[in-house]
Amino acid sequence: MTTDNIERRLREGDLAKGDVVNLQRRLFLRHGLSFGALTMLTGCDVVTNTGPVDAFLRAIGRFNDGVQAALFNPRKLAPTYPESLVPAEFRFNAQYGIERIPKINANTWRLQPSGLVSDKRAWTLEQLQALPQREDVTRHVCVEGWSMIGKWGGVPLRTFLEKAGADLMARYVSFHCDDPISYSTSIDMASALHPQTILCLTYAGKPITPPFGAPMRVKIPTKLGFKQPKFVTEIRVTNAYPAGYWENYGYNWFAGL
Amino acid sequence: MQNDTPSSLLHPLIVRITHWTWSLGVLLLIGSGLRIYESDPVFEAVAFPVWITLGGSYEDTNRLHNDFGLAAALLWHFAAMWLLFASLIVFAAWGFWSGHFRRKYVPVTVAEVVGNATDFFKGKLAHDLGTRNAIQKLLYAFALLMMILMLLSGLVLWKPVQFHELSLLMGQYEGARYVHFFGMVGIVLFLVVHIALTLLVPKVLLPMITGRAPPSVTTHKMPGAAP
Repeated sequence: MTTDNIERRLREGDLAKGDVVNLQRRLFLRHGLSFGALTMLTGCDVVTNTGPVDAFLRAIGRFNDGVQAALFNPRKLAPTYPESLVPAEFRFNAQYGIERIPKINANTWRLQPSGLVSDKRAWTLEQLQALPQREDVTRHVCVEGWSMIGKWGGVPLRTFLEKAGADLMARYVSFHCDDPISYSTSIDMASALHPQTILCLTYAGKPITPPFGAPMRVKIPTKLGFKQPKFVTEIRVTNAYPAGYWENYGYNWFAGL
Repeated sequence: MQNDTPSSLLHPLIVRITHWTWSLGVLLLIGSGLRIYESDPVFEAVAFPVWITLGGSYEDTNRLHNDFGLAAALLWHFAAMWLLFASLIVFAAWGFWSGHFRRKYVPVTVAEVVGNATDFFKGKLAHDLGTRNAIQKLLYAFALLMMILMLLSGLVLWKPVQFHELSLLMGQYEGARYVHFFGMVGIVLFLVVHIALTLLVPKVLLPMITGRAPPSVTTHKMPGAAP
């Protein structure tokens, strides 16, 4: 099916879920090929700081982004585990020490939708809590290698994007954080619409605490840990590649599991 | 290639190409893999010196990647995996299609292995270019199996959700970390033996590059063999 055909059927309201994903994937792959210019701008090198080796490896990294988008099955759920495996406390991990974690006032905290959304009203925590929730016991996998099972609950990102009138055909969703390093990261729309991708409000049935991103962090069981930001205050829908904090240091962008 | 007699063409071009492409791939994968391992060791007591790992200097990568080479090592690892993947696919397809596996690897009998092993320890095991004794068959089959194991456990570590069914064969993500580690150990052990034997019998090296054996050399004994 061609992109034009999908767009026509979208206008006529005749579009299956899979078509959206296919379109997203196609646009993603096409976009991936035009990243060459970015490499020239970021020309740091992983070995000698001379450029070409780093540029070559990053080019393969972008090819791997496309491969991962193709491997990603939007209907496949991350495996879930029995509640008995859920520890009461999760492992703390951040770029900064636990003494620097922000203490955000949940009463004044707002979540701002931005970019390609029709309703840009900010959300309060109570409004998010009033939306339908989902809870899963899944495995959190860190890019460093360790993994840990936990139980996270919250609002499906898909629900939030729909409520905010987001353009679900857009390529990317980026997350922006109110923390000491202004952390940010971004994901593909297919992963954003995955049923287990949530705006996480609880861990093991209780509200998440400051070390783990209170009042809201994003949980994506189909992505590595650094794609699941804490202290999120803005969610942007965009077609312009948004990159992210660790991605700018050379970590693979798609980072899918 | 039509004019080559079986004894003068030892290694077809496709064997030589895949041998050297996966050699490069495996070296890059081991080097970068050890750097990745260091960011969260499977065994706390097992550590590797920085100089044998791949991922740039600690100082440079800390400046460029804000870590000690994990981003760089991951870039190397997920680039080099394609070398191994492509080499194995090409070699396996060709090996089955051409009858290479059938001719070179089967049969292996217990008696042959015991006899070869006895000869080896007496220093009398013949190393005929172009034909494999039972120990060689087992060694090369072991190396191939290890590379396949690394590919499968690597897929599970890379994509534990998309390849969840495969992960069930090896204790899911955490189990795959052990499989991937011990597979690496297996490949390193193979390389030690493989390279040691090549140093002992250096004449086997040239045919893996040119494909041909010098006319006079078709069979010889291990050094120290009884006269």
